[in-house]
Amino acid sequence: MTTVTEKAKGFIQVDKRDAKLALAHIYVAFIALFIGGLCGLLQVLVRSGQFTLPWGITYYQILTVHGVLLGLILTTYFIFGFQIAAVSRTAGTLTDKQRSIGWIGFWTMTAGTVAASIMVLLNEASVLYTFYAPLQAHWIFYVGMALVVVGSWIGGIAQIMKYVEWRKANPGQPSPLITFMVVVNLAMWIICSLGVAVEVVFQLIPWSLGWVDKIDVLLSRTLFWYFGHPLVYFWLLPAYMVWYVVIPKIIGGKIFSDALARLSFMLFLIFSIPVGFHHQLTEPGIDSFWKYLQVVLTMMVVIPSLLTAFSLFASFEIRGRELGAKGVFGWFKKLPWKDARFVVPFIGMAAFIPAGAGGIINASHQMNQIIHNTIWVTGHFHLTLATTVVLTFFGAAYWLIPHLTGRILTKQMNHLAIIQAIVWTVGMSIMSGAMHIVGLFGAPRRSDFSTYGGSEQAADWIPYQIAQAVGGTILFIGIILVLYIVAHLLWFAPKGKTEFPIGEVSEHAEKTPMVLENWKIWLTICILLILFAYTIPVIDMIQNAPPGSKGYKLW
Amino acid sequence: MHIHKYEKWWLTLGATSLVVFLIIVGISAFHYGSHPPSAKVYIDPERVDEIAPFNNPGVHKVEGKDWDYEVVFVASAFYYNPPEIEVPFGSTVKFIATTKDVVHGFQVAGTNINMMLEPGYVSEYVTTVDKAGEFLILCNEYCGVGHSTMTSMLKVVE
Repeated sequence: MTTVTEKAKGFIQVDKRDAKLALAHIYVAFIALFIGGLCGLLQVLVRSGQFTLPWGITYYQILTVHGVLLGLILTTYFIFGFQIAAVSRTAGTLTDKQRSIGWIGFWTMTAGTVAASIMVLLNEASVLYTFYAPLQAHWIFYVGMALVVVGSWIGGIAQIMKYVEWRKANPGQPSPLITFMVVVNLAMWIICSLGVAVEVVFQLIPWSLGWVDKIDVLLSRTLFWYFGHPLVYFWLLPAYMVWYVVIPKIIGGKIFSDALARLSFMLFLIFSIPVGFHHQLTEPGIDSFWKYLQVVLTMMVVIPSLLTAFSLFASFEIRGRELGAKGVFGWFKKLPWKDARFVVPFIGMAAFIPAGAGGIINASHQMNQIIHNTIWVTGHFHLTLATTVVLTFFGAAYWLIPHLTGRILTKQMNHLAIIQAIVWTVGMSIMSGAMHIVGLFGAPRRSDFSTYGGSEQAADWIPYQIAQAVGGTILFIGIILVLYIVAHLLWFAPKGKTEFPIGEVSEHAEKTPMVLENWKIWLTICILLILFAYTIPVIDMIQNAPPGSKGYKLW
Repeated sequence: MHIHKYEKWWLTLGATSLVVFLIIVGISAFHYGSHPPSAKVYIDPERVDEIAPFNNPGVHKVEGKDWDYEVVFVASAFYYNPPEIEVPFGSTVKFIATTKDVVHGFQVAGTNINMMLEPGYVSEYVTTVDKAGEFLILCNEYCGVGHSTMTSMLKVVE
């Protein structure tokens, strides 16, 4: 069930040298999960009001560690480990040059991570993972962040080079689906992270070094959120790769349509970036017309999301019926409910239904005022990132790691993996549920425990904060479980061969039109939309800029 | 490209709902003027105390405007000035606020009043206070170690 032996047709093993590069990323990802998760546990405990941090550690310091490690490091490293393996599996082993570039990217990112982490631990950078000016961190923190971004470009280029090589070797043919998806994700990542790179390199670093006295706050926030929203799609698209390409194989079915999968990825590319203002809806200095325009563009991702939901459930239903399912919903029972590789990501998919609905509320122009910067938002992205994406990544790790280490997921570990996902679901339902509800009452996110001067309203929030601590504690148990499984798969599981499942396209699917792989068209649309959404408001921001701000260290 | 019949129905339904939804949001915004706070008023953040109206924070009755009161707030780490305000139930109030240092939030818990305060910018929001009682005003954007103690109080009195 959980392993596929050598007799399986078309078994392709990722080259050992590529596996090593992918595993290096995965190690860092899970170390980040442990430290970041521990900080998350401490946060919910502090906020319950029953616990104070020892040794002069502040709430905002651990909040910074939690956000940076889980939002930026865990995600980027796992994604790169997964993507490198996926490209190597489907487009062929990396050349020595490509692999060296991959390693340079890895070490650049890691040097940046270490530098930034040291500054946070020294309490020189308690600015949270959004590092909003004019709170001013130590310049080394910003340099570290810049290295993470630049390292990701270098590592990304290694993956793109393999794709380019494949296209040249196979003219006129659509590239392997998952490799294509990797390249879409990287294209989006590179285009969006240019924004944060400009913010860090041209605004934050010169300002924190004292080369310039003042910073343009609104411009820095706009550059950040030009990056910040596509960032969440950068997390999500690898989960979609697993859903579109891997899950159909795991359930024994076929990919519903290669063309629709590619179309939905291209739509994500063009509609993920020109949307950052929906994080800035309550800010002064941006005309409400441009806010509304970006709200409309934001909502366009509903279309590829619906395409995705349809394709996935079509794959499920077709497979269930092949297995003899009857009635309208009989196929649902036929899905492999005992296979962690399916069940764990499936819970992630299910979580995306409330998560997506919450996201629509958040980005709804005036409705945003009800929830902006309340802990509802924290509840929201603990469903999107910390459930949908993370559970899909865990589910992928259960075949990816043993594939790369030449081991197998044993029956016991498969069982434990399902228990882990249930623990996660219970913990997250309690924590995220409590966050959503109390957020509607007005409880703020990113805030230390406080009675707010004895306010009656704030007193009503405390039971929900205790519920968050209960949920958060259960989630930490979930982290220990997943780390146990991962350690087993890395070092202790029995030797053997595990498949890297790659689905085949259904024979009923249409031939893929090559226009979907015409980068000139899609990148042009992408850039035009960005220029359309941002040019006028950014010029306005610069022309009407107030006197800038000096730096503050208020922690 | 061929698309399955059911998928066409599904996408048509989804896309139609989306268009209807965006039109409703748009009409609410552009016809009824329900926009998120988006003032374009600028100020020197280091001279806030000298510049009107921030040289006189508090509640001011006004005449001949679309609102009855102007409530002026100055935020700085980790205080709001004034620390408490009182407005009559049912009145229309324009909240005008800015910050002297870092980015702060200005949220009145249990209401729709929620705006970012950024150095160099004035944030404004007009609303009718139609619920009586005491409402906590708090900072909802991390501003430093005293962030969660930064409060004021809105009293809506009959």
